[in-house]
Amino acid sequence: MLLDSRAPSGPIEKLWDQARFEMKLVNPANKRKHTIIVVGSGLAGASAAATLGELGYNVKCFCFQDSPRRAHSIAAQGGINAAKNYHGDGDSVFRLFYDTLKGGDFRSREPNVYRLAQISVDIIDQCVAQGVPFAREYGGTLANRSFGGAQVSRTFYARGQTGQQLLLGAYQALERQVDSGHVQMFPRTEMLDLVVVDGHARGIVTRNLVTGRIESHAADSVVLATGGYGNVYFLSTNAKGSNCTAIWRAYKHGAAFANPCFTQIHPTCIPVSGEYQSKLTLMSESLRNDGRIWVPKKAKDKRPPNQIPEDERDYYLERRYPSFGNLVPRDVASRNAKAVCDEGRGVGETGLGVYLDFSDAIRQFGVDLVRERYGNLFEMYQRITDEDPYKVPMRIYPAMHYAMGGLWVDYFLMSTIPGLFVTGEANFSDHGANRLGASALMQGLSDGYFVLPYTVGDYIAGTKLEKIDASHSAFTRAEAGVTELTARLLGIQGRRTVDWFHRRLGKIMWDDCGMSRTAAGLESAISQIRELREEYWKDVKVAGSADDLNQSLEKAGRVADFFELGELMCLDALHRKESCGGHFREEYQTADGEAQRNDEEFSYVAAWEYKGADQAPVLHKEPLTFEYVHPSQRSYK
Amino acid sequence: MKLILHVWRQKNPAQAGRMVRYEANDVNPDMSMVELLDVVNEELILKSEEPIAFEHDCREGICGSCGFMINGIAHGPEAATTVCQLSMRHFKDGDELYIEPWRAKAFPIIKDLVVDRSAFDRIIEAGGYISVPTGSAPDGNVILVPKDASDRAMDAAACIGCGACVAACPNASAALFTGAKIAHLGLLPQGQPERHQRALSMVRQFNAEQFGSCTNIGECEAVCPKEIKLEVIARMNRDFIHASLS
Ligand SMILES: Cc1cc2nc3c(=O)[nH]c(=O)nc-3n(C[C@H](O)[C@H](O)[C@H](O)COP(=O)(O)OP(=O)(O)OC[C@H]3O[C@@H](n4cnc5c(N)ncnc54)[C@H](O)[C@@H]3O)c2cc1C
Ligand code: SF4
Ligand code: FES
Repeated sequence: MLLDSRAPSGPIEKLWDQARFEMKLVNPANKRKHTIIVVGSGLAGASAAATLGELGYNVKCFCFQDSPRRAHSIAAQGGINAAKNYHGDGDSVFRLFYDTLKGGDFRSREPNVYRLAQISVDIIDQCVAQGVPFAREYGGTLANRSFGGAQVSRTFYARGQTGQQLLLGAYQALERQVDSGHVQMFPRTEMLDLVVVDGHARGIVTRNLVTGRIESHAADSVVLATGGYGNVYFLSTNAKGSNCTAIWRAYKHGAAFANPCFTQIHPTCIPVSGEYQSKLTLMSESLRNDGRIWVPKKAKDKRPPNQIPEDERDYYLERRYPSFGNLVPRDVASRNAKAVCDEGRGVGETGLGVYLDFSDAIRQFGVDLVRERYGNLFEMYQRITDEDPYKVPMRIYPAMHYAMGGLWVDYFLMSTIPGLFVTGEANFSDHGANRLGASALMQGLSDGYFVLPYTVGDYIAGTKLEKIDASHSAFTRAEAGVTELTARLLGIQGRRTVDWFHRRLGKIMWDDCGMSRTAAGLESAISQIRELREEYWKDVKVAGSADDLNQSLEKAGRVADFFELGELMCLDALHRKESCGGHFREEYQTADGEAQRNDEEFSYVAAWEYKGADQAPVLHKEPLTFEYVHPSQRSYK
Repeated sequence: MKLILHVWRQKNPAQAGRMVRYEANDVNPDMSMVELLDVVNEELILKSEEPIAFEHDCREGICGSCGFMINGIAHGPEAATTVCQLSMRHFKDGDELYIEPWRAKAFPIIKDLVVDRSAFDRIIEAGGYISVPTGSAPDGNVILVPKDASDRAMDAAACIGCGACVAACPNASAALFTGAKIAHLGLLPQGQPERHQRALSMVRQFNAEQFGSCTNIGECEAVCPKEIKLEVIARMNRDFIHASLS
């Protein structure tokens, strides 16, 4: 397998211009003769489908929810970055590029990240024009805040609902194209297989989630925008339906899977409260701007927080990282929370929590200002925990949040299968080993509005494809495979539900492939996952039938894929004998407990190639070279 | 605590539905309403019965997937709260909960608590957007937007498209949903060029679906989890009349 990034060479600020100039164009009159499938209607998918439709292609867009407007992007709270430098506080395209690369711990590709920073400014313009109600200053200009440890104010936001508003903008653009007849929307439809003909991605096989019908869709190119795989941990901040099925099935057809072990644990989530818990709720990390994080100095100190005197509290982030304090990047904040809880100093009933305390902020700025800044978040916290954060400190704990890993793509966002493009959280491209806050929304929209519409066109113009339709034998074979898998899942009729298995898988992943990892833990995780998977295929019980709406069946297929992905994540984490970003290997740390990267041996993208059900996947390496930013040890001290 | 649930079970649109009684014996007050249904469903599956179909995804009140009637109230008794965020501590031991799908001609039942809300997408498709081709936008600060306008636009834009307003309305009108989008876009300078045409097309589509018309009862506002205000309907009517006259 060849991993050619196809990134042009030359001065970095000219690359994207030059690449666009060199791209082949599709004759406008011919565009409607080309069908492009877009799977996913989140920020990445909806923006791509809308723009491709606008250009005149014949687009088919799919999502599993009842409406494209419900994609998981809707839940993003904090904001979206852009190097507008509206505040003259020293921001620039180069600085955003630098911060993203450094934040990713030097495990991403320079040309891609530079392009992302460049395009960031166009995204804001586009969204404003669509009517996204971004926060404004009294003078009517766009407001910004600093976010996730950035030292400039470059985050644009719409209250605590930035993802919702950006997605509605993209959804409305998409509906405009549905109205004009350029996009056909298939909601409540799940992609269950990719169809590859003569080495090119030529279509998908889907299940209609209402009627159960298995259907084929042929195309000239397929775009996957199916989001992240955080739900492999069962408990995560992702929506319940988020899954890896589309990218996993593409992987099985030859799309390389890059850096699967790079996952992000978000430091500020509401702690787990019981066995029934179905998901975890994120509290925006903007809270760390004014809240102070602490635990008692003594282990097993069960006094209520207000009875613990100031000098018996450990503000451990402020102590260890005097210059960044509570604003250290996510990976650092999460790992430190785990460390103090492991020492027995965690708070709350389970001992898995730390305080996020606003009493100083309330004293300093007054309760009204704190309410204005965080009122809706405090309300949400109280709704869930029944505790009032104006009076008692919040309890928070890290939770699985984001997948940096995903299908490998080149500079053009094409996977190792020609004609298969991957965008948004589903690809691995821009965030390296750790993503900065407010950068996922930026990436999804950059890919969808401004990159794919060019690169898909270049592929179509430059590729001679045989005319095929869904009656081609590759489709009938894929349909038969999907039908058989469904029948198999329904036929087991064992003694345990899908969720029972999923929770157990999640626990293994969280314990051994979560915030900190060891060789022994990962090896044990791999064997536990294999055992549990075997049991799954013997003992799972899926109710209902194949030919109507069956949510238990939908879950069963997704969990089957999570098992396999989980194993690959552990394998990847095991092979990467260094600590970087969200990947912390206990064996590789500095004397004072910080992550120790090993650039000499591991400055590469790990891309795994599927070799068959009973074969070990093969590792390919795309070396990373840095011409503009010299890799340094991250320090937030 | 223990709760008695009466849940609407309907296999598909063709078959008749009925209320079925379930006992939930081990309800934790910290659970959400949908987590309670998860627990009931786990038991049903193990008894080889079909689990209760209901929609949900984000489980944090933002995607608009979830929604059903609890004791006759859309999204249940708590104000400004979707069922996925409705905590069981608002109920007490022994309470009986009657759980039914949204009932509206425009939202046909698909299965159990799942209804078809695609009419909402068609209303947006008819004109709920600003026509701006990708890449054609001026710098974001070229057109200033008064803070007050953007705040009010945001209030209206907060609608999650859940359908509770339709379910609560005795006429099953979609006025609050449609008005929210018309108000959101119409309050912004960017939305002016298409403002009246937008109102015209969206209201026409809303009338073409099976929704009833608005007679100012206000039940929609009372149940809306995002506290969308009735004034969006007044705005919609103004823009619509303006467009029809010109
Ligand atoms: C709680 C939360 C808060 C966040 N806050 C921020 C923030 O403030 N700033 C920021 O930059 N990022 C934030 N993120 C991250 C960001 O929201 C996501 O990374 C991003 O929205 C992903 O967008 P996407 O388009 O790639 O995928 P998604 O929005 O997840 O969309 C996936 C789409 O694929 C479809 N799909 C999936 N599988 C299939 C299948 N098999 N068949 C058919 N369709 C399928 C789904 O229906 C959906 O339409 C947050 C994430 C979470 C969880
Ligand atoms: S107006 Fe309110 S009740 Fe109606 S769809 Fe929107 S959020 Fe739901
Ligand atoms: S599940 Fe998303 S709003 Fe309730």
